[in-house]
Amino acid sequence: MIEFTFWDILRNLVFATRWTLMLSLAAFAGGAIVGLAILSARISKTRWPRSFASGYIALFQGTPLLMQLFLMFFGLPMLGFRIESWTAAVCGLTFYASAYLAEIWRSGVEAVPRGQWDAAASLGLHRLLELRLVILPQAFRITRAPTVGFLVQLIKSTALASILGFDELLKTANAINNATFEPFKVYGLVALIFFALCYPLTQYARFLEKKAAFS
Amino acid sequence: MRYSLDFNWLWDGMAALAYGAGTTLALTVSTSVLGIVLSILGAAARRGPYPWLRKLVGLYVEIMRNTPFLVQLFFIFFGLPSLGIRLDPITAAVLAMTLNMAAYTIEVVGAGLDAIPRGQKEAAQALGLRPRLVFFKIILPQAIAIIFPALTSQIIIMMLESAVVSQISVRELAQEADLLQSRTFRSFETYLVATLIYLSMSAALRRLLFAGKRRFLGAGLA
Repeated sequence: MIEFTFWDILRNLVFATRWTLMLSLAAFAGGAIVGLAILSARISKTRWPRSFASGYIALFQGTPLLMQLFLMFFGLPMLGFRIESWTAAVCGLTFYASAYLAEIWRSGVEAVPRGQWDAAASLGLHRLLELRLVILPQAFRITRAPTVGFLVQLIKSTALASILGFDELLKTANAINNATFEPFKVYGLVALIFFALCYPLTQYARFLEKKAAFS
Repeated sequence: MRYSLDFNWLWDGMAALAYGAGTTLALTVSTSVLGIVLSILGAAARRGPYPWLRKLVGLYVEIMRNTPFLVQLFFIFFGLPSLGIRLDPITAAVLAMTLNMAAYTIEVVGAGLDAIPRGQKEAAQALGLRPRLVFFKIILPQAIAIIFPALTSQIIIMMLESAVVSQISVRELAQEADLLQSRTFRSFETYLVATLIYLSMSAALRRLLFAGKRRFLGAGLA
């Protein structure tokens, strides 16, 4: 058996954190793009995109993320893709994030006064351009705090990718734990690292919320 | 490669999935009850006379809210035995779920308590009610009516999150689906069915809770 010192364990965990970060960023970026598409469908004037988007949101908010990830992992190969745990995790987390982000941003769009739509329309803008140039910038500003709050939730959710076998922080911790039999120390450190990633964001979200309440 | 869906296994797997769904519901119900009791205590402590207790509860809330549930679960199930605390999977799952849920609901319950006008308390005291009765008969029911939607969401989130306790082999819905797909080799179909069961359970739970609210707390409030 290899001896691991405390510093060996910590160094390996900190090193694995970069995969957690990358997964979070990829899922946030993907979720933002897909989420924008879902958002525009959700507030469309035509009925069927609206129903599709609300069904999509209800599906992803009403089922466990773990099941969504499993379906990605086992479902994509059915369509003929050979899939690695990284791809399945990014796809799964992207869809999950898109549903939540679409819903958060929609609340922002609805908080933008109707007059802004009318004003944009009176400039002769196409509806999608109205959305992009006039409504969304305001909606994003209004929902900055919950968006950062969701980012915290997303970072925590990446821990589930360990179950698909993707080597992020928790998976690395499991491997180290199997070699050292020091679960108290190993999982305690993992919790600390996640805390160090999430706590500043939580504080930032709280700061944005306070600022929004005063302005 | 052509893949065709096959649901022939479903008939034989039904009992296992039903058992798993039952366990998931049992976990959710016990967690909700324990979690809400704990968060009432926590919210009271957060507004209590002891600064050290206020800080301690605050610290607890921050730690739980900024770490993944799966890590908390592993810490409790694998980590605590080295302190001599050995828990069976179900107890560990209920403990982890309760502690996690309480961290979110402490703030929710607290916000509800803060929303009740002082006058309600003073009026109840003027009628000569004892402080305990004032809290349980006057303040708490109104607070719960106000925070009901948030509480319902939290209960449903916890039910969905409970899928990860399959990782310490609690035989709830996700774990039963896991076992089933390793027997039938129909992974996609099995997880699809399990996901649909979760979806209908969360929809049903939401309806049930709101029907219960109208029945017991009245529709007028909040």
